[in-house]
Amino acid sequence: MSDVLSLIIAKYNYWLYVILMMIGLYGMIAKNNLIKKVVGMNIFQTAIILFYVSIGYKTNAGIPIITTADTAHGVVVKAADYINPLTSCLMLTAIVVSVATFGYAMALAVRIYQRYQTLEEDELRMRLSEE
Amino acid sequence: MHWPIDIIVLTFVIFCAIAALSVKDLLGTAILFGAYSFLMCLLWTIMGAVDVAFTEASVGAGVSTVFFVAAIFRTSRRTKD
Repeated sequence: MSDVLSLIIAKYNYWLYVILMMIGLYGMIAKNNLIKKVVGMNIFQTAIILFYVSIGYKTNAGIPIITTADTAHGVVVKAADYINPLTSCLMLTAIVVSVATFGYAMALAVRIYQRYQTLEEDELRMRLSEE
Repeated sequence: MHWPIDIIVLTFVIFCAIAALSVKDLLGTAILFGAYSFLMCLLWTIMGAVDVAFTEASVGAGVSTVFFVAAIFRTSRRTKD
């Protein structure tokens, strides 16, 4: 029992990311408004990005910029002193893609509102069946 | 050394996410979502991913809040849930 508890406490940030991801999933599934669904999708995306960035984190390490001027003349650069920049570089692309999808979803929501005068999903389905 | 501020900001992020999804006004959702993005940017600075942090501050918190408010201005603030 105490083993399980110590395992949970040691990886507490992963559990909080999972909670955040489930909040986003709930927003996508249970909310009726189209814009709220998009916000839920964005929360889900940020939870995944947060998980990836936290994989590359090291304790007692600096940001990945080499400060010594001449590395060619025998100055040793240790990888343990720098945070792994690979995951954050990958997630930079994911942030830009998430903003692009967000803007596109907002444009679609504006078009849907211009045509049907509502953003609620049940009213939208009612007006679609009336046509 | 780093874990208390980490867990405090993460708690604020989760509260902002719940509030942004449960508030009954879409303009309130926009503002809370901007606060969520800025707290996320703070979290990435704590984790040492500074490039991700300033991309999030400019693109995630800035541009997407502008998109959001513009979309609400052209549609309605009303929401049922």
